[in-house]
Amino acid sequence: MTEAILFWIFAALTLAGGASVVRARNPINAAMSLVGSFFALAGLYLLLAAQLLAALQILVYAGAIMVLFLFVIMLLNLSPAELGHERFRLSHLPGLAAVLTATILLVSLASRLHFPQTSAPADFGTVAAVGRALFIGYTLPFEVVSLLLLAAILGAVVVAKRRM
Amino acid sequence: MVPPSYYLVVAALLFGLGLYGVLIRRNALIVCMSLELMLNAANLTFLTFARHPLRGLPSSDGNAVAFLVIAVAAAEAAVGLAIVIAVFRSRGTINVDELRSLRN
Repeated sequence: MTEAILFWIFAALTLAGGASVVRARNPINAAMSLVGSFFALAGLYLLLAAQLLAALQILVYAGAIMVLFLFVIMLLNLSPAELGHERFRLSHLPGLAAVLTATILLVSLASRLHFPQTSAPADFGTVAAVGRALFIGYTLPFEVVSLLLLAAILGAVVVAKRRM
Repeated sequence: MVPPSYYLVVAALLFGLGLYGVLIRRNALIVCMSLELMLNAANLTFLTFARHPLRGLPSSDGNAVAFLVIAVAAAEAAVGLAIVIAVFRSRGTINVDELRSLRN
């Protein structure tokens, strides 16, 4: 019962935050809604017994990535005129159709699945279990991600630098 | 107990919101944030299937993949925002409709 109440609260907060991200006119408001959405998503992760991922969601997303977004928003310092006004245009219709099709397809697919009742092992989602899965089954992707992060750091510095 | 498909429906709706932001919004920063929303929807799906697999026992493999997705999202955000800054410096706008010098 408690799980159901928490699920509905977190799901509503996640979707409300996401909706206000795509509706916001000012990027600062969008970033703040995104932080709220990420916190609620961390709650959903906890309900799915993924404690490590819930902590990482808050540390990496709500902590690091959102600070990066806020820095860029303040660095650009856009005036209301530069933000422009986004009004409805006929060229939006194909995009809306694609969004509706994808969402309806995914929702109908998700509600069609039948899940057997399973109980998670005691150490499911802990640092030890995820670490074991990561370093036994996913060693190569893990190392490739470290290379990717290095490339991203260098790329970001080179692209954003004023002069070569 | 909440049926696992409810989590998947939440993920699908979140993905739809992100797709709307990427396709309809013209502000490059909002487009980047919508991309993050879509990546998070994928992560929620990974974690749902890790905890409630269709067959077999729950395993932490899905959590490991979600961990990798978070790392890739961080790299993507860093490069994407650097590109937004570079474009704003050279063009003075971050409206993605006005960036069409390749289309002549």
